Amino acid sequence: MAATVKYDEVEVGTEIPARSFPVKRLNLVMYAGASGDFNIIHWDEKFATSVGLPDVIAHGMFTMAQGGRFVTDWAGDPGAVLDYGVRFTGMVPVPHDTGNVIEISGVVEEKLEDGKVVVGLTARESGGQKVLGQAKAVVRLA
Amino acid sequence: MALNTDFIGRKFPPSPPYEVSRVKIREFADAIGDQNPIYRDPEAAKAAGHPDVIAPPTFPIVISLGGDALADPELGLNYAMVVHGEQRFEYVRPVVAGDVLTCEASISDIRKAGGNHLLKLVTEVKDAQGELVVTSYNTIVERGA
Repeated sequence: MAATVKYDEVEVGTEIPARSFPVKRLNLVMYAGASGDFNIIHWDEKFATSVGLPDVIAHGMFTMAQGGRFVTDWAGDPGAVLDYGVRFTGMVPVPHDTGNVIEISGVVEEKLEDGKVVVGLTARESGGQKVLGQAKAVVRLA
Repeated sequence: MALNTDFIGRKFPPSPPYEVSRVKIREFADAIGDQNPIYRDPEAAKAAGHPDVIAPPTFPIVISLGGDALADPELGLNYAMVVHGEQRFEYVRPVVAGDVLTCEASISDIRKAGGNHLLKLVTEVKDAQGELVVTSYNTIVERGA
């Protein structure tokens, strides 16, 4: 559990710079295959719109995974993540031609005992809609 | 379609053991676009203090989506109308290549929220020794037609 960020070097309010994670149809096909979630709404536009969705939408777990990447890249070791939870508050439509971009930023919300911190995440898709709510990870820092 | 609330509290039998391979971890890491060597290179993982490559934090969804627990026709879930509402993982330790994992799922709640139905699934993921590795808390939403 070798996080590279040091507990003593972060404060409540320390910001983790925003990063952008592009998402195209290909990413959703790969994610469907790797995760085993073959729900048709994630890869068939005709079907997705027929059940009232704006377009093919990204798997919520794909977005959550980008948040996970954001946190583990910051912390330095994925094994340092002790708890990670999100609410899926908005959809990420993935149009055929343009795809979408998930922008994620973070802030240290709380310092706990034992080298642990709570990181709060904000995630928006390119239309400006918030796609994660109450997104928090508990990470043990060095 | 209403979900069958008789399923609240239902515990499902442990899933068949799932062996986590390095290849599957790499495939998952590729799919989420994460190039971290700790997911790919055993030496890098060992240097970080892990016995072998570990899996990304959201990897346990591969085995804790609900599967059989949600497939029971008596439950009445219309999969085409399902979206994911909430997800949380509580980790005892990371999933490591070579783990042989079993899922014990139970439905903790089913309720109406506006025109939708919410179903909460709790899945304990245990290793071959029966030790808890991660607990998954999954809320799925069946959108009202």
